[in-house]
Amino acid sequence: MRELVILSGKGGTGKTSITSAFASLAENMVMCDADVDAADLHLILKPDFKVSSNFKGGYEAVINPDKCTGCGRCIEICKFDAVKELFEIDPIECEGCGVCVDLCPEQAIDFPEKLCGQWYISNTRFGPMVHARLGIAQENSGKLVSLVRQEAKKIAEKGNFDLILTDGPPGIGCPVIASIGQATAILIIAEPTVSGLHDMERVGQLSKRFNIPAMVCINKFDLNLDQTKKIEEFAKKTHIAVVGRIHFDRTFTESMVQEKNIFEYNPDSQTGIEVRQVWDKILSFPLFNTPVANNILQHL
Amino acid sequence: MIISVASGKGGTGKTTVSTNLARSIDQKVQVFDCDVEEPDSHLFLNPVIEKKESVIAPVPEIDLEKCSFCKKCMNICRFGAIAVLKKDVLCFENLCHSCGGCFEVCPENAVMEKERSLGEVEHGSSNGISFIHGRLDISQVMVPPIIKKIRSYTNPDIVTIIDAPPGTSCPVIAAMNKADFILLVTEPTPFGLHDLKLAVETVRILGIPHGLVINRAGLGNDDVKIYSEKENLPILMEIPFDKKIAKIYSKGQMVVEQLPEYKEKFQNLFNKISQLVEKGRQEK
Ligand code: SF4
Ligand code: SF4
Ligand code: SF4
Ligand code: SF4
Repeated sequence: MRELVILSGKGGTGKTSITSAFASLAENMVMCDADVDAADLHLILKPDFKVSSNFKGGYEAVINPDKCTGCGRCIEICKFDAVKELFEIDPIECEGCGVCVDLCPEQAIDFPEKLCGQWYISNTRFGPMVHARLGIAQENSGKLVSLVRQEAKKIAEKGNFDLILTDGPPGIGCPVIASIGQATAILIIAEPTVSGLHDMERVGQLSKRFNIPAMVCINKFDLNLDQTKKIEEFAKKTHIAVVGRIHFDRTFTESMVQEKNIFEYNPDSQTGIEVRQVWDKILSFPLFNTPVANNILQHL
Repeated sequence: MIISVASGKGGTGKTTVSTNLARSIDQKVQVFDCDVEEPDSHLFLNPVIEKKESVIAPVPEIDLEKCSFCKKCMNICRFGAIAVLKKDVLCFENLCHSCGGCFEVCPENAVMEKERSLGEVEHGSSNGISFIHGRLDISQVMVPPIIKKIRSYTNPDIVTIIDAPPGTSCPVIAAMNKADFILLVTEPTPFGLHDLKLAVETVRILGIPHGLVINRAGLGNDDVKIYSEKENLPILMEIPFDKKIAKIYSKGQMVVEQLPEYKEKFQNLFNKISQLVEKGRQEK
């Protein structure tokens, strides 16, 4: 079984539109939306939210005013300045480290588990899908990303699916690291802009660090041919495989407005043909066809 | 006045709006790029970097000579960053949140502070704009401390424009918290609308005055406008979908420099923001 994680650096490069298009091309596949902070894939894939579960990703300290003597110890030890003057804890600042809970001399601080989001196992017209919704202003998105990927893997193993297609989160931080560990390969959707190049460099460095083979596809390449070439040169230099170019085309947006992927909306469009070519290239990418060795860091 | 420019999803034009806004107003302004995972504002403002500093966080290192292997440090650590073995103590830096718990509880004074680098912060200036951005080290995960570091340089006497990271989780909150105004940027597509709704929810939790810029107007459909009306979310500016603008952006150029008519539009945007901030203050 293989897993392809689709990343974009900044986001907004067409990652989710392209992922949803791949859903039409891939056979025997499980979809996984790991962009738990701003999940969009469901807008096109229309999952049925068959099974929904709570995600309890952390704890939150709450001072019980009846027990608190106002000694000030918690204010002194909290490294996150979460305890406010009148001995109230700001839930937004609290990191959930529990140090105040353990060290309060009056045991006046409760530490309830906190509901941080929801995750779902669904059916879609393309196959099963695991996705999630992180609560607003919550942390531990990395944990939730790991969770949806594990569940997708379980479904894939049980149902003998060959492929997991994972729509990854933006950035290079904790959720992204959680989304690429042990993946077979990542695909970066880059835009031919100065920032697109810069973002790809950083994602590329991360994939190196975690030893995951990387490919890049340039979306809207005709927007700026110079930048497209620069991205391709940079990719070659750093051993990121270039798997294709896709034109700047409003058909993507039009199909999104119709809540369809490009193959359902207009399969014969230029973009449709290009996406298909990219997909074929990915499937023939050697490193995507060899089982990868033990890459790293599952404990995030 | 602190204006935080945010969006539920990336790539909606946050950086375009924040950099061009900064370039357009006739007041002293500082730009903080707090999208520390993928900082891009410098590519447009081209600041001359004058100073660099690293952001560090203390992590434990155990003095095994003093350690009695009592496991108190391991028990207080909620992040699994310390494992006490029979004759050794392992510290997993990558898991440590620098909460200080192990330092507090060790009865033998065996926990020593070691520095770990989370990222760096650079200071510079660009044609009168003072500029600070942060950059998360590759494979590090602690974003909020870098944002807090950047924001510690807030000058209350001038305008501060913050380019916030995308999303709705802890890094975004660190970049929006205690701002005077949050400027949301979206595009009029189903994805844009969906992520805008999340961003609005986030802003409402923080209770900060806010308004909307629609970027690439004309691209998708009218649902963002219908939503804004229903939710009483003021649309402060619309930037049309225009390949010219996309090309300017792709080259790392500034819209207000290439298309000077935009300068006034961004000044208007700033005036509207100032009015809304004033109104918010009076209501308080
Ligand atoms: S440490 Fe406990 S008793 Fe002291 S101020 Fe904090 S909550 Fe109250
Ligand atoms: S749990 Fe940790 S972060 Fe939260 S208030 Fe207590 S010491 Fe501060
Ligand atoms: S708390 Fe101190 S003495 Fe006890 S195991 Fe940890 S380092 Fe050793
Ligand atoms: S500082 Fe906090 S998170 Fe880090 S090892 Fe010590 S107890 Fe664990």
